[in-house]
Amino acid sequence: MVVNRKIAYINLSTGKITQKIVPKTLRTLYLGGRGINMYLLYNHLSPKIDPLSQNNILFVGAGLLGGIPCLGSGRCDIAAKSPLTGAVGDSNIGGFFAPELRFAGFDHLAITGKAEEPVYLLVRNGQVHIREATHLWRKDTFETQTIIREDEDDEDIKSLVIGAAGENLVRFANVRTGRKNSAGRTGLGCVMGSKNLKAIAARGTNPLEFSHPDDLLEYCRQMNDMITSTRWAKAQSRWGTMIIYSNTNTAGLIRTRNFQLNQLEKGQDLEPENIDRYSIGTSGCYGCAVHCRHRYILKSGSFAPLYGEGPEYTSLGAFGTMVDCRKMETILVANHLVNKYGLDTLETGGLIAWAMELYEKGIIDNNMTDGLKLEWGNEEVLYELIRKIAYREGFGDKLANGFREAIDKIGKGSEYYAIQIKGMSNLHSDERPTPSFALGIATSTRGADHLRSRPAIDMYGLPADLLKEIYGGPVAADYNSYDGKSRMVWWQELLYAVTDSLGICKFQTVFCAVHAPQWKEFSRLIQLATDFKFSKDQLMQIGERIYTTERLFNLREGFSRKDDDLPKRYFKEPTPIGLPVARNKVIDREKFSEMLDEYYKLHGWDSMGVPTTKTLKKLALTKKPTNLL
Amino acid sequence: MLAIDPEKCTGCRLCETACSIHHEKTCSPERARIRVTKWENEGIYIPMVCQQCDIPICETVCPMQALRRDTKTGALIIDYKLCVGCKLCMQFCPFGGIGVNEETSKIIKCDLCSGDPVCVKFCKPEALQYLQVIALNLKKRKAAAEKFSKYLKQMLTAL
Repeated sequence: MVVNRKIAYINLSTGKITQKIVPKTLRTLYLGGRGINMYLLYNHLSPKIDPLSQNNILFVGAGLLGGIPCLGSGRCDIAAKSPLTGAVGDSNIGGFFAPELRFAGFDHLAITGKAEEPVYLLVRNGQVHIREATHLWRKDTFETQTIIREDEDDEDIKSLVIGAAGENLVRFANVRTGRKNSAGRTGLGCVMGSKNLKAIAARGTNPLEFSHPDDLLEYCRQMNDMITSTRWAKAQSRWGTMIIYSNTNTAGLIRTRNFQLNQLEKGQDLEPENIDRYSIGTSGCYGCAVHCRHRYILKSGSFAPLYGEGPEYTSLGAFGTMVDCRKMETILVANHLVNKYGLDTLETGGLIAWAMELYEKGIIDNNMTDGLKLEWGNEEVLYELIRKIAYREGFGDKLANGFREAIDKIGKGSEYYAIQIKGMSNLHSDERPTPSFALGIATSTRGADHLRSRPAIDMYGLPADLLKEIYGGPVAADYNSYDGKSRMVWWQELLYAVTDSLGICKFQTVFCAVHAPQWKEFSRLIQLATDFKFSKDQLMQIGERIYTTERLFNLREGFSRKDDDLPKRYFKEPTPIGLPVARNKVIDREKFSEMLDEYYKLHGWDSMGVPTTKTLKKLALTKKPTNLL
Repeated sequence: MLAIDPEKCTGCRLCETACSIHHEKTCSPERARIRVTKWENEGIYIPMVCQQCDIPICETVCPMQALRRDTKTGALIIDYKLCVGCKLCMQFCPFGGIGVNEETSKIIKCDLCSGDPVCVKFCKPEALQYLQVIALNLKKRKAAAEKFSKYLKQMLTAL
């Protein structure tokens, strides 16, 4: 299966399409998915290009283990230079697209240039076709997928699509597939829009061959047992990622009213159990035994009848706590709207919450907001602003280029209130009580983001000797502590880099569950599927290579240690409420800086965050951009 | 029998993948004996597979009498020594329970994995279960009775 999947280079300006086998050497260095995408991003992009120019390349990659029957192996990685941040643009999407791409004979697509008129790509059984898509333009993300299936007369087609936001070049437009799945972050839908690329459709009937099919099947069964036996997966199967809200809001770890409070009082309606009022059951991505999202129906209200999937914990924050909306129904509607328009839920909610705080503080007023009263908890304003952002109308247009440009346009000290790093909004989590989380969002290569490193098991207060065993060095059990937390972040960064390269779901490795599959199990799965043999140390080194490649890309674009920082409020404003462990906490500037030093050292980077020559040599990264592919 | 409860199906297609690896040694939903039919925009997922009918149309129409019943499991099994690949069984089956491997032209259908179906082992939400017919009936009866009991309780509390 490894040796026969290809990469297709597609130039939308010229219509030229070439195909190559993905070489084995690249597999042993970067596996697949995110790993190979990061190799391509660093080596194929010219430095300092305009992300919306024809020179930006959109990379789509299936994971090395994509298609195996366990651990949600249908993940797809999408990358480009981010039009939101100018740093690494990278986002991971579940659903059913990646396996279909593999069935069609491809593991990777590299799309460059710009089509004159709207087009979509159809990847089918060894061929890539460029199809006219004028009739799909202005269709929402759901309609687009349906029409492509009708056009091609094939219900089994899986598509990655953009909606209004991507067409209108909203810098945080996402890429979507199915009813719910999104490659949410870093604005890759905007890159598709800039290329006049409405969709990428895949369909194939080429079987995936494995080296040891019978043993693989049995081991996959064990993997599904292993993950579903964890308490985390059990809870997730029932309530989805919303289950996190129960713990974090009780403790006081949730940004509320942008960043004014760390707990939503009277937020009972957002408790995950309340999804049962709307749910008809759960839904899973390809190869997933956990099935973490709900299929929900809204039968009343101005948006009814409405069928949607989700919502994620992130949307509970983005359209709940951060904007002080306290009704589950509001979350379900807003979740549906961003999905329909193809907007990143986190960036959208983060920007709106920020604007509401600016409105409250009098920094912006009705003249700026087209007469919209940006008051906390006003769901009608929330829905209207989501639409305005997607269509770049009035005040929506001011927000549509993300924090950096909005701060420039608004001025008046608005920057202080923006909870963003490297130009990207943070999750609604409040990291002031948890230094490990704080370090992770600061160092993430794609801007404020929890999915690059979140050491969620820090919350469990596990015994120090167990933590030492997992992380290979001393880590304090107390989540308020700074001790050893750099090690946690570093280790999780490597693990997630490899997970994303295998095409496996992060929730099915050491994310919230200690006893979930990790290095040893990955090693065995790779061997059974492909005959590649990697030890734990070798896999960790691949993770290091991927993360360091991302670092090199960002350094080349002008990012440095100064950008691995937190918004000022983290150091100045103590958390006002919550349980004693979460109350009255700020991040200590000096200790944070020490953590960062330790973190760089663990990666083998110098005190400015630049990989040392020794590290580059160890990771086989000494050569300037190479062309293995 | 292989009992299907569509209400529990999450649409993950582990059954398809596991089935094709088990039978064909490759991952290929096209070659799986079980397929999940989806209405994605409505959130409806229904696994479809051979029902191992008591009066099997496939057996009736087979000109070669290549289908026979496994007395142990009750599954209808294709005898490939007799099968000529005419696909009449496929055309007449009312459930789409019979498929064809396009590469080899071999007719494929569920054989209940000799009484230990692989798909069931991979179905964590238990939308697929391998049960005795009587046990299935009992389960259904109990589930229906539970619904009635809820209404009864509501009525009683309303009084």
